[in-house]
Amino acid sequence: MTNSHVNAVVIGAGAGGGPVAKELATNGLSVVLFERGGWAKYDDHNDDELISQRTTVLGNAFGPHRDKHWRIFVDHRSGKETLVYPHEGAYNNNAACVGSGTVSYGAMAWRFMPQDFRMKTIYGHVEGSTLEDWPISYEDLEPYYEKAEWEIGVSGQDPQNPFVPERKKHLPMPPFEFNREGKMLYEAAQRRGWHPFPIPMLRNSIPYNGRPACYRMRTCVSFACPVNAKCGTHNTVIPVALASGNCELRINCQVAEIMMNDQGKATGIKYFDENGKGQIQTADLVVVSGSATETARLLLNSKSKLFPNGAGNNFDWVGRNLQGHAYTGAVGLFDRDLYDDVGPGACVAISDFNHGNDGIIGGGMMANEFFRLPYLFTNQRPPGSPSWGKDHKDFHRQNYKRVMSVKGPCQEIPNFEARITVDPKVKDYWGLPVGKLMGTRHPADRKVCEFVADRCEEWLIEAGAYRVWKEIGGGAGLSGGQHQAGTCRMGNDKQTSVTNKLGQLHEIENVFVADGSLMVTNGGFNPALTIMALGFYVGDQIVKLWKGTHLKL
Amino acid sequence: MNITRRKFIQSLSLASGSLLLFPACGGSQKSVWRFLTTEEAETIIALAEQIIPGDQDPGATDAGVINFIDKQLVGFYSNFQETYRNGIAALNQYCHEKFSQPFEKLEWNRQTEVLKLMEKNSIEGEYWKENPASRFFRMIRDHSMQGFYGSPRHGGNRDYVSYKMIRIDFPHIIGQNRYASRCETLNAFAK
Ligand SMILES: Cc1cc2nc3c(=O)[nH]c(=O)nc-3n(C[C@H](O)[C@H](O)[C@H](O)COP(=O)(O)OP(=O)(O)OC[C@H]3O[C@@H](n4cnc5c(N)ncnc54)[C@H](O)[C@@H]3O)c2cc1C
Repeated sequence: MTNSHVNAVVIGAGAGGGPVAKELATNGLSVVLFERGGWAKYDDHNDDELISQRTTVLGNAFGPHRDKHWRIFVDHRSGKETLVYPHEGAYNNNAACVGSGTVSYGAMAWRFMPQDFRMKTIYGHVEGSTLEDWPISYEDLEPYYEKAEWEIGVSGQDPQNPFVPERKKHLPMPPFEFNREGKMLYEAAQRRGWHPFPIPMLRNSIPYNGRPACYRMRTCVSFACPVNAKCGTHNTVIPVALASGNCELRINCQVAEIMMNDQGKATGIKYFDENGKGQIQTADLVVVSGSATETARLLLNSKSKLFPNGAGNNFDWVGRNLQGHAYTGAVGLFDRDLYDDVGPGACVAISDFNHGNDGIIGGGMMANEFFRLPYLFTNQRPPGSPSWGKDHKDFHRQNYKRVMSVKGPCQEIPNFEARITVDPKVKDYWGLPVGKLMGTRHPADRKVCEFVADRCEEWLIEAGAYRVWKEIGGGAGLSGGQHQAGTCRMGNDKQTSVTNKLGQLHEIENVFVADGSLMVTNGGFNPALTIMALGFYVGDQIVKLWKGTHLKL
Repeated sequence: MNITRRKFIQSLSLASGSLLLFPACGGSQKSVWRFLTTEEAETIIALAEQIIPGDQDPGATDAGVINFIDKQLVGFYSNFQETYRNGIAALNQYCHEKFSQPFEKLEWNRQTEVLKLMEKNSIEGEYWKENPASRFFRMIRDHSMQGFYGSPRHGGNRDYVSYKMIRIDFPHIIGQNRYASRCETLNAFAK
């Protein structure tokens, strides 16, 4: 049976793909939304740390599965290539299910600052980096942030943060109350003259959008929400797209390549359905929203006469500039219980050290950590203390509720050699060349991380910690992981970027990208809200170009 | 060339030469365990108890860490079977040569000393030259911690002993509809 032709195919039902599918479908385009994973259920992996999206020692609760997905990781020192599986750190996984990372994420809902879109203008050229301005500004994206906040749902109260970018409309829900450690940190930050505020969250603090309020339990970041109070694309925009009658969701389908004709236009895609059978779906246009790693891999695997090195890759920029966040922070020990096990845990942040720091490029917001997980906690202890035996057990028993951690995602300086490419020799379950990760972070990241870790240390000492140690990120090695971004950057010059400022491939007019790949730089914040905003933005650009049966170009 | 996962794992073990040691011994008694022999299990129980000793709160033995490890060795950790089998054999060979006893029969402080040697990668033996003892040690340590602090449905943390120790509630009961479907999944894990 052949699939009937549609207007648009969207590949990937994650943070970027969900909003695009919704925008296209509700504006009258026929859409098929493809997702390689399935619907995730809380009950499959309820209070089970070992199979979650954070502690993945016995597997990833929210995909992908190790029997079908693997990658090659190239060690930057030795050049040694290793086959890695999704539950291993070197795979740099996010997730694979309807909603992707937005099902199990911590749900911090950050708008980037205006400076984050103009990094090169502000900080100048950085040797060995591809630091650049975005071709769009914060103001261009502002209306789409607002759409994301209202259609997907954010609670919070930014005006307490003097560094917050200007917004036209307030957030739809009030902020979460601080838990015990949140209160302590809030007061401590104020004593230091900083500007603490409640973290904006893609969670219902009150009933909203047909779903109940959060009831503050423990299984939160890295799990699905048992009461559906966390807002992702799977319980907001994707259901809206499906309800429009114009969108079909095909789950457990692996898209293999974009089909190209000899005129350099895309004609549709090839995919493997849930039974592993090869199928074709033709379409007027294709939107790739597979995440920074998988979007690049799909483009690179789509070779054709005019694009022998992959779709949109004639200038070798696809897969380059892979970034994540250099997490950095400090851990403090206190002499009394302060952890009250009230989810989501993370609740207070400061943005005082995000830009405007002398001699530092960028910076990052700082926040208290999500709730503890008992096994992950076995690795959290003062440097030099034993990792096993009676002393370790004593430490765990005494301090599980007496430890507090603050950290932040430091903005990374992109570089050309940090990349995902494809390995033609190694194939995945379906016989498709796997992604191959290589390169390192830019050395400038370390300085940013040291600076931010010092501030985290100060914060904890002010809050009353009697012992503090730093965990400084940004060392050598590749970044990506859950905050992966940057591999198909948008830009005005087709020789130094992959898409134009609409998210449209410079060289292929009916292929668009809408996910973290587009981001020129990754801000000093968790990226999901910005990716959702980009999804709404690209969707809107397509709708504006759409003329009934074709794109008006 | 299309490298499947199994082939890849095979080529890894061939390359390291460790297959030579592989199917070691069946053990003298019939084992109650899924993968481990009775003797291997004894050694691992002793190792895990060193890592998380019983005191006023239960330790690894009482929490059933051995059941977790054995269960995972025929499940998610089946690719570690060989590492366990060969590593335990090499450890016991060392203990026999030095102290004429298997690891689990050594007195407590001596066991601790042996573990410290492994942790520092300074235990003697041909086998450890190719297979760093520190790596083996970290594997046993991590798996023991997982068995102790992970969800009981994976075979360890019997009666939620570790959660009681650190004073967190378990399980969360979230209304009957959730509880009912939870039973199904728990049943599936109870194999
Ligand atoms: C545990 C955890 C905590 C997090 N916490 C936060 C947080 O607090 N705040 C925040 O901002 N971000 C957080 N994130 C990160 C956030 O989830 C990601 O930034 C975001 O989901 C990335 O969006 P994306 O659209 O680029 O890719 P994704 O959301 O990953 O979407 C890509 C989708 O495409 C599918 N796909 C890929 N290739 C194919 C193919 N060939 N065929 C079919 N389907 C395909 C994938 O399966 C996936 O579902 C967290 C993530 C995790 C896992």
